[in-house]
Amino acid sequence: MALLDVQNLKTYFHTEYGLVKAADGVSFNVNQGEIIGLVGESGCGKSVTILSIMQLIPSPPGKKAGGKVIFEGKDLLQYQPNGQEMRSIRGSKLTMIFQEPMTSLNPVLTIARQMTETLELHLDMDKSAARERGIELLKMVGVPDASRRIDDYPHQFSGGMRQRVMIAMALSCNPMIIFADEPTTAVDVTTQAQLLELMKDLVTRLNTSLVIVTHNLGVVARYAQRIYVMYAGRIIESGPSEAIFSDPQHPYTVGLLNSVPKLGERHGERKLIPIYGLPPNLINMPPTCAFLPRCNAKIGRCSKEPWPELRVVGKDHLISCYANIKGK
Amino acid sequence: MTAYIIRRLFIGLIILLLVTMLVFLFVRLLPGDPLMVFMGNYSPSSTINTMTAAEHDALMHKYGLDRPIWIQYGDWLNQVLHGNLGKSLRIGQPISELIGERIGRTAYIGVIIFVITTFGGILAGVYCALRRGTWIDNTITTIANIGMTVPVFWFGVLLIYVFGYKLGWLPFFGWKDPWDDFGYSCLYLIMPVASVALGGIAGMARLVRSCMLEVMRTDYVRTAWAKGLSERVIVVRHQLKNAMIPVVTALGGTLGMILGGSIFIENVFSIPGMGRLMTTAIFDYDYQIVQASALIFGGIIIFSNLIVDIAWGWLDPRIRLA
Repeated sequence: MALLDVQNLKTYFHTEYGLVKAADGVSFNVNQGEIIGLVGESGCGKSVTILSIMQLIPSPPGKKAGGKVIFEGKDLLQYQPNGQEMRSIRGSKLTMIFQEPMTSLNPVLTIARQMTETLELHLDMDKSAARERGIELLKMVGVPDASRRIDDYPHQFSGGMRQRVMIAMALSCNPMIIFADEPTTAVDVTTQAQLLELMKDLVTRLNTSLVIVTHNLGVVARYAQRIYVMYAGRIIESGPSEAIFSDPQHPYTVGLLNSVPKLGERHGERKLIPIYGLPPNLINMPPTCAFLPRCNAKIGRCSKEPWPELRVVGKDHLISCYANIKGK
Repeated sequence: MTAYIIRRLFIGLIILLLVTMLVFLFVRLLPGDPLMVFMGNYSPSSTINTMTAAEHDALMHKYGLDRPIWIQYGDWLNQVLHGNLGKSLRIGQPISELIGERIGRTAYIGVIIFVITTFGGILAGVYCALRRGTWIDNTITTIANIGMTVPVFWFGVLLIYVFGYKLGWLPFFGWKDPWDDFGYSCLYLIMPVASVALGGIAGMARLVRSCMLEVMRTDYVRTAWAKGLSERVIVVRHQLKNAMIPVVTALGGTLGMILGGSIFIENVFSIPGMGRLMTTAIFDYDYQIVQASALIFGGIIIFSNLIVDIAWGWLDPRIRLA
């Protein structure tokens, strides 16, 4: 039984230009200790999906439009967004690491204050115990001179160090699942690799599940066990990491992989092919497959029938496509 | 931080010096002179002179008003630096005495308005931000918009009309010192305070509301929500301090507004305070009083801005530790 089971999650935004179905029937699950990759272009609804699970979508304009988020046998979406039940899960059992380390920490509070507040809240620690634990966590994520630096303010930390603090905060209450929303997008490549290694080590050691949301295929290729590919608010392909990378079935996934170089590939060996066109505007979408205008494998059915349901194409490997590009 | 404060203090002194120079110059640029108000007028172009040119020149010479302006200013500055604000030309009384009698009243009203404006504005603004879009928010915001645009003197007169004339609840005008009869003095205080505080609260509430809304959308507030903190903790710990940084800046301006307002209300309500002393002095060409008042008002504003700068550092570690 999965630790977290997201079923047909729908989150809509009512804008002055029309209805935006940012997450339109997203289903996925996370098992204990697993690292999951949620991949897609900017604006495809990855972050919205995660924020919807955490019930952090501001409403208005956002609106829960359906689906279930089953965690520990309960549907989280039944809880009030800022009610007691939801708050007791948020920050303790389900935690988040955000994209922007520069702005995700409060500039006027010390690191100590920002770290101890969850410990005091969720684990009922007193001030000194929480501080000790805070220092221990900072050491664990590799902040040097932690017992002194805990009294510093965020602006005294570099981007990478701030993201380490965010990771320490996310780990502080022994969470079941950590959602990392583009955790390494805002830091340089070297730091990115360090942070990812660190996160992988820690979640493996603590047997915590990790959901990495990213647009960077390289990030998930190395760390994720299972991958979900999103496009225009839906999961269009999912499966084990090896299957997605070695045997992609959806034209979009194929396109993504064709557009990035592979390590070890020699210059000129393979031409990088971009996916032409732009991701669709999510306002008032047609009922047909959203990838249709950019698809180079479309068949007659595609423009006549609604967006296809997910279908099995291999072991744990599903795609949402009418075409059989690999003959399956 | 210390070097920063010293630098600001130094700049403040220079600004104060410039303010006194300008005021010194401008009162003398007004057509007319102090003599014509209380001794009789003489002007070569006038046909209704009450004294001769010789008499006029003699008096001007007696009061030292015929000397070049920079010499007059130098004299005045020298005298001020020795702790002497001079004597009123018209009343002959030392200005320190005149101001001493009045400054307490202006300060008393000012402090009350400042406290009401600050707390009222912050409370209203925070409340509106948290309950934005509700009818209470809309009502307060509408009143605030009106409050900001209504001139102090007009609102003061309106209050007199309604609460003094129509309803008869409050005295039309006048003043009672609180240290003489506190209860009675409060009656005289209500309308002057209300007429300035309305605009003050309105401006403050609007600013606080927009600052809070801005802070609410920040990433770190989202982080705070993601930690499972309650709304109360998020507002008090994570939002207020951040939202207060621009608000503190505005508090310096609020003080200026209150001092400016004191000139209106002390005239509308006949309160014997600094504002009234200054306006009367301007109409009387009582140069010495105008100069002294400008020095004091300017000094207060400059000093309060210094306090604002220090408060900034206290609120924002990025400034304090820079």
